[in-house]
Amino acid sequence: MSNASLPALSGYLRADGRKGIRNVVVVAYTVECAHHVARLIVNAFPGQEVHLIGFPGCYPNDYADRMMKRLATHPNVGAALIVSLGCESFNRRGLEEEVAASGRPVHTITIQQNSGTRTSVADGVEWVRWAREALDTQQRVPMRLDELVVATICGGSDSTSGITANPAVGVAFDQLVAAGAACIFEETGELVGCEFHMKRRAATPELGEAIVACVNKAAHYYTVLGHGSFAPGNADGGLTTQEEKSLGAYAKSGASPISGILKPGDQPETGGLYLLDVVPDGEVRFGFPNISDNAEIVELIACGAHVTLFTTGRGSVVGSAISPVIKVCANPATYERLAEDMDVNAGRILSGDATLEQVGAEIVQLVAQVANGAQSCSEELGHQEFILTYKQFEASGPGCFPLKAA
Amino acid sequence: MSTPIPPSAPRLLLMAPEDNCLIARVPLVAGEALEIDGAVAVLAEDIPLGYKVARRALKAGDKVLRYGAIIGTVTADAAPGAMLHTHNLVSDYIPTYTLASDAHSFIGSTH
Repeated sequence: MSNASLPALSGYLRADGRKGIRNVVVVAYTVECAHHVARLIVNAFPGQEVHLIGFPGCYPNDYADRMMKRLATHPNVGAALIVSLGCESFNRRGLEEEVAASGRPVHTITIQQNSGTRTSVADGVEWVRWAREALDTQQRVPMRLDELVVATICGGSDSTSGITANPAVGVAFDQLVAAGAACIFEETGELVGCEFHMKRRAATPELGEAIVACVNKAAHYYTVLGHGSFAPGNADGGLTTQEEKSLGAYAKSGASPISGILKPGDQPETGGLYLLDVVPDGEVRFGFPNISDNAEIVELIACGAHVTLFTTGRGSVVGSAISPVIKVCANPATYERLAEDMDVNAGRILSGDATLEQVGAEIVQLVAQVANGAQSCSEELGHQEFILTYKQFEASGPGCFPLKAA
Repeated sequence: MSTPIPPSAPRLLLMAPEDNCLIARVPLVAGEALEIDGAVAVLAEDIPLGYKVARRALKAGDKVLRYGAIIGTVTADAAPGAMLHTHNLVSDYIPTYTLASDAHSFIGSTH
């Protein structure tokens, strides 16, 4: 497929020069104690681009701090309302300053200083209504494919995932990378056994070594926890071992050279293919790296992903706050059961009704359509899942980013 | 990954030439006769879509190859046409966790 056949893209220009494909008002709670008030504010805007995000913990955490800053200034976000209880550790002032410095409208409501729940909800609704009206007048501007960041994740994998949906996304990734887009794949715990193959695809020898080290870190982390990244449904779907699941998952990355390793919140400076390292650094703490698929989707979004390609065999139905999720269904039987939740039926590859190349081209077209405003199935169904938990990361080493913007 | 190679039998997929397992392209039923590498194998059990089928006679301790890569170790001898899954194939890295008849259970690994 030639990219010339893709529709021209458009997006919302931000002060930092990046462009968004959505114009979301995020309502961000800074501790679980403020979650309900934030949710009531969001609930006043059904069907509108007002999304709920937040961090539940009361203890400080640099990772969560950085994630919230990246998310609230994501190109798909146009304005942010921060909802704080008041006594929590989260640095709400720092978050507000970051959003303000990005040129976006931002406002903080502190429940303890604002007469409690009802007044805080009323004030929040009033501010979001104002922000929404301001954003709704903003016009889209032309956007190039090389300004787009596309992520992929698999969830509810089965034995067909590695045969149909994952390699089809790999085909789409190859086309998008060739067109200059930044594409991000994951997750190191599901790439155990693939590290030496990935090393050969690395842009530099230093990056190759860093890839092997980060998969080793993941294998160690999951071994200490005593549980791989493998759910009972994976086995029900015909996958037997972690390494079998990994090989299937790896197919999502396509065949492009690997340009770098990102940690959550790192943003690619150029186009190319990037590996997201989701496993914390240092000793094992805070539990499983990502407690479920949405934790990873949120990390991909914090790396700048405008849209996420979610491959599934068993049939996940999730979407996300901030960035649309496109569902690519691997298993033809699952597609029949869950058609309303699925954007692409990659099971046609198994039944012989389509080739990998055809489905890959279909995915690229859909990315362009969704970028231009078409709703994915999960968006249309109102899915806006969001999870952020405790983690710890060290800054990435120099070998992780061999390619810098000119 | 490349496009699957045409299978030795149309109801089974071979992912890479060196593989010793095949993938059920459709749900297969017990008693069904399948041609695998020129020989006929009669299935002893139902094999759901996407599940693995032994391409050759495998012995306990043999490595299973899918996509041309090792996906684990066989724990019991398997004839051509036998299903390969958690009852006779284990990870070389980390145990597989399943929900078996409402009881949580780990299936051991070779480590």
